[in-house]
Amino acid sequence: MRINFSKIIIFSFVIFLISVFWMGLKKDNNYSTKNLTGSEIGNFKLPSIYSSDIISEEALKQNQFTLINFFASWCAPCRLEHKYLIKLARQNKNIKILGVNFKDKKKNVTNFLNELGDPYDYIVEDRDGKASILFGTYGIPETILINKELIIIKKVIGPLDQTQYEEILKLTQ
Amino acid sequence: MIFKKIIIIYFLLSSSLYCKEASLELIEIYKNLRCIVCQGQSIADSNSDFASTIKLVVKDQIKEGKTEEEIYNFLISKYGEWIVYKPTFKKNNFFLWFLPYFIFILGGLIIFIIIKKSKHNRAN
Repeated sequence: MRINFSKIIIFSFVIFLISVFWMGLKKDNNYSTKNLTGSEIGNFKLPSIYSSDIISEEALKQNQFTLINFFASWCAPCRLEHKYLIKLARQNKNIKILGVNFKDKKKNVTNFLNELGDPYDYIVEDRDGKASILFGTYGIPETILINKELIIIKKVIGPLDQTQYEEILKLTQ
Repeated sequence: MIFKKIIIIYFLLSSSLYCKEASLELIEIYKNLRCIVCQGQSIADSNSDFASTIKLVVKDQIKEGKTEEEIYNFLISKYGEWIVYKPTFKKNNFFLWFLPYFIFILGGLIIFIIIKKSKHNRAN
């Protein structure tokens, strides 16, 4: 029997293409920066919103755990998660919360915190959003839990909920 | 007087040419960055909040004298390889880089065989 060489090549190429497309279909392409977990946060210097202080990563080394929360007064999901931040600030003394106010106005932040309560140990501003890029955020709210060594332990994209709140409590006990 | 005018025109033209060159470099970088919160748009195409922030960061880094490669590496470290359209060469994407060359050579070979066969048939 004569083997048709070109037919074999075409057949194996088709099989190869089908398997590549099949693998592509099965691959999860949902974007996430959760793979930053385990890496160190970069250097940053951000101005405090209510004083002339500059907060840098050095200040966070003194805390056992720091929760970096990106929020804005104009962000509706930030209102939803705020109660969990308040609960964390009250119940867990191991955590200090750093609020990064994203593209907002001081007056609006003050109104927001007066209305919902202030869980933050430090509040810094990121007027143009550039500093948030250093943390790999792409929207708000986002929350990053880091330890004393500034290593990211957990990253939450979107508003905190009961499950994530409990997980953060567990991680910081 | 004429000499002065020539100098002024020369400086205006050279600065505008420099600006054009710099903005072309920026656009090239924006085009190779994916807007990860948009549907199939690059940073250059998108007017989203995320895209405009990335544009500011890239502009800053260019001003600081960072190279295109350094900017990509910085953004990859923050957002993963998904943010760049042109992936870096790794063992996982070996096929992605070499398959086009392989197909090109194979295609050439097939055409060569077909032509050779048809010539041989005609001769017979």
